[in-house]
Amino acid sequence: MLRSLNINPDKCTGCLQCEMACSFENEGVFNPAKSRIKIFTFHDEGRFVPYTCTQCDEAWCLHACPVEAIRMNRETGAMEILDSVCVGCKVCTIACPFGTVNYNQTTGKVIKCDLCGGDPQCAQACPTEAITYVDADATGLEKMRAWASKTDNQAHAN
Amino acid sequence: MSWTRRILRVNLTEGSISEEPLNMEWADQYIGQRGLATRYFVEETDPTCDPLGPDNKLIFATGPLTGTMASTGGRYSVITKGPLTGAIACSNSGGFIGAELKSAGWDMVICEGRSPSPVMLHIVDDKVKLLPADDLWGKSVWDTDRLIHEKLHDPQIRIAAIGRSAEAGCLYAAIINDLHRAAGRSGVGTVMASKNLKAMAVRGTQGVGNIKDPKSFMQVTAEQKQVLAENAVTGQGLPAMGTQVLMNVINEIGALPTNNMREVQFKDANKISAEAMAEPRDSDGKPNLTTNAACFGCTIACGRISTIDKGHFTVENKPEYWGNSGGLEYEAAWALGADTGVGDLDALTYANFVCNEDGFDPISFGATVAAAMELFEEGVITTGQTDGMELRFGSAEALAWCAEKVASGEGFGADLGLGSKRLCEKYGRPELSMTVKGQEFPAYDPRGVQGMGLTYATSNRGACHLRSYTVASEVLGIPEKTDPLSVDGKAGLVKAFQDATAAVDSTGLCVFTTFAWSLDNIAPQVDAACEGGWTAEKLLEAGERIWNLERDYNMRAGLTGADDSLPKRLLKDAAKTGPAEGKVAGLDEMLPEYYQLRGWTPDGQLTAETRSRFGLPA
Repeated sequence: MLRSLNINPDKCTGCLQCEMACSFENEGVFNPAKSRIKIFTFHDEGRFVPYTCTQCDEAWCLHACPVEAIRMNRETGAMEILDSVCVGCKVCTIACPFGTVNYNQTTGKVIKCDLCGGDPQCAQACPTEAITYVDADATGLEKMRAWASKTDNQAHAN
Repeated sequence: MSWTRRILRVNLTEGSISEEPLNMEWADQYIGQRGLATRYFVEETDPTCDPLGPDNKLIFATGPLTGTMASTGGRYSVITKGPLTGAIACSNSGGFIGAELKSAGWDMVICEGRSPSPVMLHIVDDKVKLLPADDLWGKSVWDTDRLIHEKLHDPQIRIAAIGRSAEAGCLYAAIINDLHRAAGRSGVGTVMASKNLKAMAVRGTQGVGNIKDPKSFMQVTAEQKQVLAENAVTGQGLPAMGTQVLMNVINEIGALPTNNMREVQFKDANKISAEAMAEPRDSDGKPNLTTNAACFGCTIACGRISTIDKGHFTVENKPEYWGNSGGLEYEAAWALGADTGVGDLDALTYANFVCNEDGFDPISFGATVAAAMELFEEGVITTGQTDGMELRFGSAEALAWCAEKVASGEGFGADLGLGSKRLCEKYGRPELSMTVKGQEFPAYDPRGVQGMGLTYATSNRGACHLRSYTVASEVLGIPEKTDPLSVDGKAGLVKAFQDATAAVDSTGLCVFTTFAWSLDNIAPQVDAACEGGWTAEKLLEAGERIWNLERDYNMRAGLTGADDSLPKRLLKDAAKTGPAEGKVAGLDEMLPEYYQLRGWTPDGQLTAETRSRFGLPA
């Protein structure tokens, strides 16, 4: 079963545990500046929104890459960067409509979410379940459940 | 080691910047943050220096767990000599800038001297510059934050700044970071203003590594996060209701100081409580509270994000206050509300916004307004001084007006900016000031929570609840329940809380974790990250050492045991209502025992023996 990151901004408190977990997994240090997932704070609105790659099937980044350094991992569905092939041209960062592929000036390669090979550390670290890793075909399940609970099926009885 | 082992020294007089290694021998004795910065401060400054003169220093310090995945590991402290108290000031803040500073590669920033003109400190990893800030002088914290982001073209930079109140000399001005988190107490913002340092803007891209044992660190911090999640206070009460969960509780036990501490219960407590913040308003159907929010790395998330009703008189036609910002926490709600008798939630939220916007401590501000209201009701202050404003207890208009005046420092705002002690002295009624060592009380009446009387009297930074929060034991039963109306055993309880808290404040973690964690939960996290064999015993010993070092500094600064006192009102006037009715603060019954437990002389001085036991500087 393929799984997807499922993001529920309503539950996010902006603590950045996910950014630290991501950078620790990928860079070996706690470093939000090098995280593949980002929390955005909309201060005036009182909202926090986690944002990262959603692993498009027809991925713009993959198609744009001139050296085929981006490949789909068949197990996880993640579009992964092959560091040994990437030339740091950044064309993928231009192609991605969502901005979730970014250049890392320390390595000269691009970085993006690779679902940590199927065990995304951001979801593990999130204390409020704002980020979960769920069945890719049913990311709407919890929202459906919430709305279902509000659906009045007693109307017929009255 | 999760210290970066690097200190940034900024000489503002010369405009020079240098780097030096962290003294690891001191780190082993004083941990980091509060303790370690105090050790540097004591070494480098004359205790008799003028707090607002160039000889005072201002230290921004992170702890070894700041910037790590340990829950709440985002704290920093500001250490300096406080202008309100003449004692050591140490103000702790969350938000994000502490972790950012650590990620930029610095354990500590020591600012010394005085810049000839306004400057801001710009830190991007190793690249550190002093930039002119003449254009920012005279601007609020909120405007400064926006202008710096624009000027540096860096949306991700984290900013700590002072507002107009600090520039105007308000003695309880704060340093505000990330728009609404504050190194709030003791006038650390006033010191920053005296150095012509308007702001510190930090971007760290190096991250925090150097964890001694990464695998066990990840494991033990995950286990301890689970402990926080499963605890009723840190897992449910604080995230849902914030510290405001206390308002109704403290009122019911008769320990909610009201009308400048004349009363111990407030009739409108329920109107300014956490429950009231969650209640939908009539006007727009929205509650005051929008959501809870976390500081860096915090899995508790007690922060409040609130709005003010757009139709409320305080913000009518002022759209700049219509958005969300940092809402009321218990101490602020008490000081702005119960202590001034104001039961108008929107007015309190407005005053709180203004405190953040122009950088001043809502506790000291609210308590000073309360003293001014009593002086007004006694006929000592008149409408002649207040542009016609009637400073009556319960007046939301007066509260909002006072906040605006202190923000700008204009007119009567200059008087209010003196703080309660100097205000009451100026108007010839010093007995009406509810302060210790010149700093205003927080939100627990020592007549109803006896341990807090000793806490306030002996706190090294003047009246403060965060130095030994015995409320945890006396009211909430953490770690075990003691009788809030009894003085028995409180000397030992206060000492134990003071020492443990000094240790926690030196790690980079938040003291709110201690509702669920003891040093036994914290030590393995520090030990997995840092060399040094950190046990609970070693942390506690460091905490006691830190406490004694702070005390030693204060004694050298000219304070004496006579400063460990409470206002007559609390010692002589019994509580009039509630469970504490008939009680006064039993300080005299606790203080001698406390001195004895500390190993101090009967008049509160450190002995040579105590000094040598902790290896304090001669």
